[in-house]
Amino acid sequence: MPSSRAEVLQGTLDLLVLKTLDSMGPMHGFGIAARIQQVSEDLLRLNQGTLYPALLRLEQRGWIASRWGVSKNNRRAKYYSLTRTGHRQLEEEAEGWDRMSAVINRVLGTS
Amino acid sequence: MFIHRLVGLFRRRHLEDDLDAELRSHLEMAREANLRRGMAAEDARREALRAFGGVEQVKETCRDQRRLPPIDTVLQDLRFGFRILRRSPGFSLLAVLCLTLGIGSTAAVSSWIEGILLRPFPAVAHQDRLMAVAGTNRAEPGFSDVSWPDFADLQKGCRLFDSFIVDRITGTTLSTGERAERAAGSIVSANYFEALRVHPILGRGFEPAEDLGRNAHPVTVISYQMWKERFHSDPGIVGRTQMLNGMPHTIIGVAPPGFYGTFVGWAMQFWVPASMQETFDPTGYKLEDRGARWIEGFARLKAGVTPEQAQAEISAAAKRLEADYPATNRGRGIKLFPLWQAPFNNAGTLLPTLRIALLVVVFVLLIVCANVSNLLLVRALGRRHEMTVRLAVGAGRGRLLRQLLTEGLILSAMAAAGGLVVAYWCRDLLVLLLPMRGGLTMHLPGEIDWRVLAASTGACLISTLLFGLVPAIQTSKIDLASALKAESRGVVGGGRRALVRSSLVLLQVSLSFVLLVGAGLLLQSLRGVQNTSPGFSTPGLLTSSVDLVAAGYDAQRARNLQDELVDRLQALGGVESVAFARIMPFSYRSYSSAPIAVDGYEPPPDEQPSVDYDEVGPAYLATMGIPLVSGREFTRADDAAAPLVAVVNEAMAAQYWRGKDPLGSRLQAKGRRMQVVGVAKASKYRNLTEPPKPFFYVPMRQSAAGQGLAIRASQGPEAMAKALVRELHALDANLAPGELITMQEQVDRTTAVQRVAVKMLGLFGGLALLLAAIGLYGVMSYAVSQSTRELGLRMALGAGASDLLRLVMSHGLALTAGGVVVGGAAALGLTRLIGDLLYKVSPRDPLAFGTALVAMTIAAAAACLLPAWRATRTDPVRALRD
Repeated sequence: MPSSRAEVLQGTLDLLVLKTLDSMGPMHGFGIAARIQQVSEDLLRLNQGTLYPALLRLEQRGWIASRWGVSKNNRRAKYYSLTRTGHRQLEEEAEGWDRMSAVINRVLGTS
Repeated sequence: MFIHRLVGLFRRRHLEDDLDAELRSHLEMAREANLRRGMAAEDARREALRAFGGVEQVKETCRDQRRLPPIDTVLQDLRFGFRILRRSPGFSLLAVLCLTLGIGSTAAVSSWIEGILLRPFPAVAHQDRLMAVAGTNRAEPGFSDVSWPDFADLQKGCRLFDSFIVDRITGTTLSTGERAERAAGSIVSANYFEALRVHPILGRGFEPAEDLGRNAHPVTVISYQMWKERFHSDPGIVGRTQMLNGMPHTIIGVAPPGFYGTFVGWAMQFWVPASMQETFDPTGYKLEDRGARWIEGFARLKAGVTPEQAQAEISAAAKRLEADYPATNRGRGIKLFPLWQAPFNNAGTLLPTLRIALLVVVFVLLIVCANVSNLLLVRALGRRHEMTVRLAVGAGRGRLLRQLLTEGLILSAMAAAGGLVVAYWCRDLLVLLLPMRGGLTMHLPGEIDWRVLAASTGACLISTLLFGLVPAIQTSKIDLASALKAESRGVVGGGRRALVRSSLVLLQVSLSFVLLVGAGLLLQSLRGVQNTSPGFSTPGLLTSSVDLVAAGYDAQRARNLQDELVDRLQALGGVESVAFARIMPFSYRSYSSAPIAVDGYEPPPDEQPSVDYDEVGPAYLATMGIPLVSGREFTRADDAAAPLVAVVNEAMAAQYWRGKDPLGSRLQAKGRRMQVVGVAKASKYRNLTEPPKPFFYVPMRQSAAGQGLAIRASQGPEAMAKALVRELHALDANLAPGELITMQEQVDRTTAVQRVAVKMLGLFGGLALLLAAIGLYGVMSYAVSQSTRELGLRMALGAGASDLLRLVMSHGLALTAGGVVVGGAAALGLTRLIGDLLYKVSPRDPLAFGTALVAMTIAAAAACLLPAWRATRTDPVRALRD
């Protein structure tokens, strides 16, 4: 059954998080989730909770760093920011993604 | 990544709170956003949760992700293991004690092997490349020492060696007083300290020219121990003089602590250069005599040279010497030995004992493992419920197996730690088991280095697998369905689990049977050795020494004093006869040996017959009680002015005169022609087990003087020792005799190695028997307790107490019989390994096997009796009702 809302592809969540942090600067988890949904115009179906294992994984790999801070609404929140290795990783992943989508587009285009 | 997770291990609580707070803050923000979008309060909260997904699920995923899986479960297993072991302290203590015994004895024996055989000289650099150098002679088996000129030529003729080191154990008498104090020392080449890379802590080692020139360099390096004890760590010791064998020696250096010289068995107290050889050897100057073989040397191979290459090169060099100097070197070769096979120090003597010890401790370790395995199996029954529950709630069998092995590892790790303490205590045990020799305590330290630690760790791991695996597999193999049903009750000895335990007991019985047989064989052999006649009469015979060379006497004065002393002693009541000899039989000193020629005897080509001899005083044979077959022995008239004479023994007469009467014919040795004036019965010269061999005596007055003293008297050793001191002081107040003991004791000391082996095998054999009996008892008690229903049924059907007794006993004894059969077969194969310690006893001696069988049967019967008796007390009514 085709749906207008796509599942987040395995592995692409990491890329989305990295890209979001890259363009928006340090953000907390809720902010990242809201931003992804906003940019994708709610076309991506994302269980917000799945964001947290992904954040932990990225932090364990040293691509992002976290620090407790205070939100605009004066609420304590954990802010994530891109590290230098994370930056490099984003470039590589984005490149890989471009290549991959180009290939898929080509395959789909020829059929 | 790894670091993150490792940190996660220790900050688990903190991270958990952190995640909690973060998620809570997320949900709050989501709720607020929804409220702003105009949702009702309750809807806003619900929508926030819906958009988030499962909160607990997320937490669990994060937790899993933070975890370092292997370490985490290991820590969990360890914590749990400790808790379980603490819960049954009796079991844990017993298991750890058993294992400590096993691992501790393994560690102790490996430390002895390390410290005595493999790396006996820890202070010496590259001792792994050091090899012992000994001479061979085509004409006779065994090994000889090497002469100074040969040694020098070998050194010149070989390219594959770093250095050649001359060493010869000697001794001196240090202080005088009531009792002379002996000190062991070494005559060494000048390169000794430098080649060994041992640097004196004070002063210097020897300089290159100091081993040249007859008695030209009276200098000495003393040991750290001597410096501390005798000179009270005097910092100005270098340059002082010390009398050694009657000659003042300048102390030029102090050896570092931990360096005891290069002779396995004794700690050297001083070193003198080879130029002083004559001062320390009453048989004369030998540095220019190619036929005088006295050096117990070492050679260090260059890095990367194999022992085979080195042997080939040195053999070629020896071959050249044989061609160049046929008179002294015909038939002579040189052989290199690894340190643990050195033919001249105590490494070779102790090799068979240590080999047995190693075999024994491996056996003990196996027996201990079987025992602990049995204990674990019993305990596994008590934990069946726990295991069933854990399996039922989803623990993997692999995880259970790992948990059980971890418990085993905790036990054996604790035992290994205890075992190393045991090994540390036991490192000097061998010295305590061996008697003093030549008035000196032996020095045979165990060495606990990383290799011993590695061996102990290996023993610990292997034994964990050995004792832990079977019970662990058994335990984790629980069949859930049947375990939840009632345990089915079998017949006595039935069931799979019982089978495993029975095989473990069978193993224990067979291993202990082998040890018992070994102990029996060695005991038989020792008795055989002790019943062998030494060839002289020991009752009433005492032996001591008076070292006149060390006191600075020249030959003439020494002879006079000896004559006077003999006269004075013989004048005492109860003293029958007194005589001096250079070497007393069964002492640790070595006899002189000389190439001989006998008129009418043509040696085979390529051979140079060589015979040991002793320089003895007047009436020596009579004092010792060695019978004369014909002719006479020496008197005081056989002095330097009289014609040279000799007394040969029967074995020599038979070999070189071939049935003709040697009396009156000529014997040539060391270029001196002597007339044979007597034939003595052959006796034993070094130990009781040697075969009869050619030997001859020459008068002390016509050759070297000596210090050995034989006294035949009715007094005991204590009274005679006092008398000897008194008479000696009357002649010269500065003299003191050496240790005075009965000749019997001197003979007994040579069997020390055999006695140590017997004690060791006896001790461990008894221990193994006890462990096997405990194992058998455990299996039988359990079998009886599990089959009360069957026993009750049998009783109800009319079986009497004696029938039940027979039933249980026969099962236990059948197990024992099985073990004895297996053990007997193993023993037949293994006892050959101790063949070289056996004297006049076949490795298949029926008496030893029979005794072991009887001991095993009695122990087994005793172990089965209590369970069997309990079986007869079964109450049939209760057994059937329950």
